[in-house]
Amino acid sequence: MKSFKFVRKLPNLSILLLCMVLPFFLLSCKGTEVQTVSTPNQSTEQEQSVSEPVSSMEISEYTADIPGSEEEIEMVLVPGGTYDMGPFQDSGTYEVKVDSFWIGKYEITWDEYNLFRNEMLEDIRSQVYKNLYGVDIDSDAVSSPTLTEEALDLLRDNDIPADIISLPSPPYSDVTAGMGTNGFPAVSMTHYSAFMFTKWLTVKTGDFYRLPTEAEWEYACRAANSNSYEPIKNQSELNEHAWYRGNSNRKYHQPGTKEPNPLGIYDMLGNVAEWTFDQYHEDYTSILEHNPADNPYFKPTELYPRAVRGGSWMDSAEAVSCIQRRGSDPSWKMRDPQLPKSLWWHTNAPFVGLRVVRPINEPSSVDEMEEYWIEAIQDYN
Amino acid sequence: MKKTSLAAGGGILLSSLPVSSSAYAAANDVINVAVVGCGGRGTGAANQALNADEGVKIVALADLFRDRLDDCYNTLTQAHPDGDRIDVPEEHKFVGFDGYKNAIELADVVILATTPGYRPAHFEEAVRQGKHVFMEKPLGTSADGVRRILQAGREAEQKNLNVVVGLQRHYQTNYHEALKHVHDNKIGKITAGQVYWNSAGVWVRERQPDQTELEYQNRNWYYFNWLCGDHILEQHIHNIDVANWFIGEYPVSAQGMGGREVRTGKDHGQIYDHHFVEFTYPSGAVIASQCRHQPDTFSRVAEHFQGTYGTLEVDSSNKALIKDHDGVVLYDHDGMNDPNPYQVEHDKLFAAIRNGDVISDTENGAKATLSAIMGRMATYSGQVITWDQAINAQDKMVPDNMTWDTPPPVMPDENGNYPVPKPGITSVLGEESTVSRG
Repeated sequence: MKSFKFVRKLPNLSILLLCMVLPFFLLSCKGTEVQTVSTPNQSTEQEQSVSEPVSSMEISEYTADIPGSEEEIEMVLVPGGTYDMGPFQDSGTYEVKVDSFWIGKYEITWDEYNLFRNEMLEDIRSQVYKNLYGVDIDSDAVSSPTLTEEALDLLRDNDIPADIISLPSPPYSDVTAGMGTNGFPAVSMTHYSAFMFTKWLTVKTGDFYRLPTEAEWEYACRAANSNSYEPIKNQSELNEHAWYRGNSNRKYHQPGTKEPNPLGIYDMLGNVAEWTFDQYHEDYTSILEHNPADNPYFKPTELYPRAVRGGSWMDSAEAVSCIQRRGSDPSWKMRDPQLPKSLWWHTNAPFVGLRVVRPINEPSSVDEMEEYWIEAIQDYN
Repeated sequence: MKKTSLAAGGGILLSSLPVSSSAYAAANDVINVAVVGCGGRGTGAANQALNADEGVKIVALADLFRDRLDDCYNTLTQAHPDGDRIDVPEEHKFVGFDGYKNAIELADVVILATTPGYRPAHFEEAVRQGKHVFMEKPLGTSADGVRRILQAGREAEQKNLNVVVGLQRHYQTNYHEALKHVHDNKIGKITAGQVYWNSAGVWVRERQPDQTELEYQNRNWYYFNWLCGDHILEQHIHNIDVANWFIGEYPVSAQGMGGREVRTGKDHGQIYDHHFVEFTYPSGAVIASQCRHQPDTFSRVAEHFQGTYGTLEVDSSNKALIKDHDGVVLYDHDGMNDPNPYQVEHDKLFAAIRNGDVISDTENGAKATLSAIMGRMATYSGQVITWDQAINAQDKMVPDNMTWDTPPPVMPDENGNYPVPKPGITSVLGEESTVSRG
């Protein structure tokens, strides 16, 4: 009967810290690159405890291994600050405060996204309960496509949702539009699918990943620079930084083949447009509260529109900037022949992809994480 | 997004005259639609019918399975919550093998969207009852089925019935624009081409403990030839059809190879996970056709043609790119605002019914179906298959008058595996013909 045992979740980052205090460990920590540490008195803190809260450390770069694979995601620190977001169409700028976070140096590629696509539900389910809720469920209880009654009872008794993660169904058609997979950016996923990818990554790594908020995305794009924003007007300079309609040859390209921004982040402009966390609001500034707005975001409650940033290989030069905003649209699933339409795939959006962020101030419990997760909404358009 | 302006004004009371008696519907008549096959596609097609014409009502649903029927009903009700456009009382919900007959009786227009194996019987019945038809591709899974479709299609034409077939590229703007340029001789005579449906594959429905063998096969129908016809037919028909359409001919022969390398489990039934076929046309053009269902491999769904003057690349994501042999772009279609071809199919169908026009997609749909079947015959047998051999094949696969007691046409062995075709061994043309081993 005893199918649960409670285990204490060891924060993944403690392994990273261990590598720093004991330099000879560095070589043995495959795939973990640590470059600088910005917190004063770090060594004494680290010596005291390897499980020091993450927020006290601001590592400028690290590499997240995806367990069980050869893939890794390189993350870059965006130090927090205050900046004038925008200018927005018709409504000028708005002062916004953003806390420190790490952001993916590159857009997520098919190699990474396909790990999520090819994941087996029965495998990931037990990891969800263990890594997020700290409970071990009898593997027999979760190994079949449907959970056993006993497992459901146990989940209910422990106040754990049974359907915490779901996985993509196969797409109807070719979601790459023939543009290639290996090393190329993942595209065509719905906002819900991109969200679920970050949840999956959270379960896999034990660290909290999510999509960047619009405010974070723009701040990272501007390289945490609080000066007023000047879009790149010079064509040849834009060519150095971005794949867009003028130079993309009608397709996406491998991330990292253009010059990065001053923080070392690639392809914020162009290549693939990127999902953000937010519901898209045309009147973004008028619904912000406080001045400066404190880490603003708008959790999606409607299926459309949701906010996309950065412009893509299909867009004109003017649409490739840190301030250009776009909302998703039902026409992005135009050629889905079924009803309800796919929760997971767009048929007409081979231009939208994603990158992930990890806030320095991680939610301290699963309950807090749940604030950042969204429910699926069926598409009857 | 929904069209609401087709009937004049919003508040007009719609009269309920049977339109099929005259094959003509006045602008404010109700058009009653029945859905036969209530999966995701049947539900999608019903939604498009409702969006095409304000006079459309869904009045009957038929499916093998009650849960699928209920999903369809609930989805349509969610998508069209206002008014009584989803008007399907309990007695008009038909479950089982024979329900289609009752559903068709109640309708002016029928949507046939079951698994393809049943299409010939359903189409015959719709035509017999004099109803307009939207039917999904493919139009059958065997040459036997294609012959029945062609026969019923001739009867439909005599009755002036509209028949739209869900080969939606024929209703897609970039294809029509590309074809105009082909007819304008921009690429010259098409001599060769490559058509692709390479993707990761589709859903699998695992066997459930309480299922009979026949129910299991119908639930997991994609993997059984008598129901699905293999993915070279069920999906790749679209691309082979485009080759036929753009060349303006049907192939005289096919030869190719195929097999299963990755998708080899018990729940993967009998079908291959890849096929590669050369289709030869009367004009001498040769089309290389490839279709693959293998995850983590190169994916492409498109049609490419080489002509004497230039090349054409066209695909379902609204691309149409024409270049001369020096690479100079002669035409680059901007399809950003092209309409949804699935919606256009229904817009045209219901407009034709209103206007007294006749759309007859049956013959091309049947011959596209046969082309893909011919490709499958080539890969399964490893032989050259001619059009004449294919169209005359004695290959009946779907039993007549099925009930839940009918033995399934294919059974698993003692280990739960199904027979998979083997090139050089499998015969595909039936007992009354032989395959040339030349």
